[in-house]
Amino acid sequence: MPVWTWTGLKAGKAATRWPQRGPDGQEGVLGMPRWDPAACRSDCNTCAAACPTGAITVANGTAVVDYGRCIVCQRCVEDCPEGAMTSSYDWAFGVRRREDLIWTAALDGPEGQQVGKRVARSLRRSLHIRHVDAGSCNGCESEISALDNPFYNLHRLGIFFTPSPRFADLLMVTGPVTAPMREPLLATWEAMPEPRLVLATGTCAVSGAPMDGGYAGGHGLNELLPVDVWLPGCPPNPAALIHALLLLLERMPQRVQGGHYGAG
Amino acid sequence: MSAAMTYNDCERRQISAADLTAVATDCIAAGMRFQMAWHDWEEGVCVVRYLISQGNRVPFLLLELRTDETLPSLAAVVPLLGWYEREMQDLGGLHFTGHPEPYPLVIHEGFSLPRPALGREGPEGHLSGAYAPPTMPEVRGDQVQDLYWGPIRADVVETGEFHFSYIGEAILHYHPRLFFKHRGMEARFAGQRAEAAVFLAERVSGVGSVGHALAYCQAVESAWSIEVPARAQLLRVILAELERLYNHFHYFGLLAKTTTLKVGSATGFLLEERVKQVAGQLTGSRFLRSLLTVGGLRRNLQAEHLASVLENIIDEGEAYLTRLHQTASHLDRLMGTGILSKEAAFDQGATGPVARASGLDRDLRRDHPYAAYSHLRFNVPVREKGDAMARSEVRADSLREAIALLMQASGRLKAGPVRAEYTVPQGQQEGLGWTETPRGSLYYSVRIRDGRLERVKIKSPSFSNWRVFPLTVHGTNMMDYAINEASFGLTIAGCDR
Repeated sequence: MPVWTWTGLKAGKAATRWPQRGPDGQEGVLGMPRWDPAACRSDCNTCAAACPTGAITVANGTAVVDYGRCIVCQRCVEDCPEGAMTSSYDWAFGVRRREDLIWTAALDGPEGQQVGKRVARSLRRSLHIRHVDAGSCNGCESEISALDNPFYNLHRLGIFFTPSPRFADLLMVTGPVTAPMREPLLATWEAMPEPRLVLATGTCAVSGAPMDGGYAGGHGLNELLPVDVWLPGCPPNPAALIHALLLLLERMPQRVQGGHYGAG
Repeated sequence: MSAAMTYNDCERRQISAADLTAVATDCIAAGMRFQMAWHDWEEGVCVVRYLISQGNRVPFLLLELRTDETLPSLAAVVPLLGWYEREMQDLGGLHFTGHPEPYPLVIHEGFSLPRPALGREGPEGHLSGAYAPPTMPEVRGDQVQDLYWGPIRADVVETGEFHFSYIGEAILHYHPRLFFKHRGMEARFAGQRAEAAVFLAERVSGVGSVGHALAYCQAVESAWSIEVPARAQLLRVILAELERLYNHFHYFGLLAKTTTLKVGSATGFLLEERVKQVAGQLTGSRFLRSLLTVGGLRRNLQAEHLASVLENIIDEGEAYLTRLHQTASHLDRLMGTGILSKEAAFDQGATGPVARASGLDRDLRRDHPYAAYSHLRFNVPVREKGDAMARSEVRADSLREAIALLMQASGRLKAGPVRAEYTVPQGQQEGLGWTETPRGSLYYSVRIRDGRLERVKIKSPSFSNWRVFPLTVHGTNMMDYAINEASFGLTIAGCDR
């Protein structure tokens, strides 16, 4: 009969030490497309027509890009005749303000990022999460449960999942919030002690896209719960989830401002 | 109706409501297996279709019934149709007379829509309401306890509500209430351009992105008579088998978790992660999304060197499966747990590894080949016992077959186009597409008019297996429940849609 403990010890450490050092495990994984307005043609509507979720719209001759609706499908990159949309590895898209997911030409100063409420010192080294699936496609659950696999080993960062909302500091919500899940979701939030934080996980939870507009899909967490970090992605990969959690705990900087990646 | 309207690989037969029960009884007597049933509207007339398997490598039988909104229920003759009829009742506004369980399924008690979502006039308004308990048989007696578990449960799991009536350890009755996650996916397809809607299929069940996208693409390709190039067909096999590989490693990680084999669980999840990382490097998406398209693939993939990329994973995976199979404490919990008889598996509609573990030798890759499967050699593992052990053995062998298929398919790749040229036809077309996913058979039926989707029906494997699962829980004990559930390998998003 195999001696599993010995097998485990012999296999050695599988965990990465990212973000301190080591790989993030996302080699080759595509993120949100980058937009270069300078290359954009004003009379063109191709990307907006190609975008299946309305993340790109054209108003008064200029494109408006809302990364909170992007599902990373790369259709705009394929269809743009001018190369103004390019594929990127920009997946660490967690932000404190929903507005930061919408592309703006003029960025505010760095103080724009400081508006998130200060996280209690006691939470920074030990955070307990209650996850709620409010109607996801299970892609997000697959990536969230990957956080506990030996490669990401979330425990090394002092972050744990807890069954009871009474012990939870953070509510991690996936899915667009379908009608039958609205009540249980709000009850979970009510049951959490203060201070309590909310992470809108995945594009569905951020904006409801692409399920909003149907008879059964919701519109995400907007106007439903006070969200502390918005993390679009379809689904956000485990490293993007870790980035969002550490951003929440003020242990990593925000990468996105006004829709610009790396602007922080 | 135009002459172009056709369902591929189907013998169509028109029947009347009066003949329905007799025809269904004959089909069952001839050993045929119902695959799914769905409704549609054609010029205001309700059409209900029943897709039936007549045997391996024989065309499907498609019964078509033009009817008014009230028709006889077949659930007493063909039990697996019970859920399909209840879904048509909730979403289509149809009424089935004589249904043994005429209760709501998809739209919960306490919730409603202004008019049926897939009814004669299409959806209007938004689902609304408040929680009300589900309709269940009443279980009463001395010391009977009721446990309502969910919809939010411990750990990172999908949403569902599970009702147990039990005495001590013994479960008297078990009732899963699903469809909290119902997003109205079939209605979301309506009105979309058929070639652009693949993104929706990829988001029905995230861990089944390839299976859903491929079945959908094949349905549209058959409706539009598109020939997919050979290289794309092989690459489609590679994508589908990579999906099977990471899903099956996850399955063993989860199964070992329920038998409290910590290192065994961690090893399974680590192997899953490594396959996902390979998927990310190969395709840009850990879920192999954004590649499949109507006519082939959106771009070429360099998958020729897959064998060397996967080499370590294959070796460690084989050693892992062997170790699991030698661990008595793990196997003890699987043997004799959650037995599903062959009769119940057949009657109630079990599919995939669950059906094959109960002696039903079915696999769409072999029985109704698609993509490049008819050019590749693989075995279909079957067991007879129908317990959790048999289900895990079928998965283990199916994982090995997935690896063999990946090696063959990547070795046979030749340069060539990966996307067929086509023009979108006018008028109305219909098509069927199917895949054998890691969890079993998945069907898409599409009806397209002037390039836009009018009706899409999705039959996911978990919809079939969730219907079967409770039969293996009644009369067992609480200690085995989690192990039994893990041994089925179900998803909820795919079932709820």
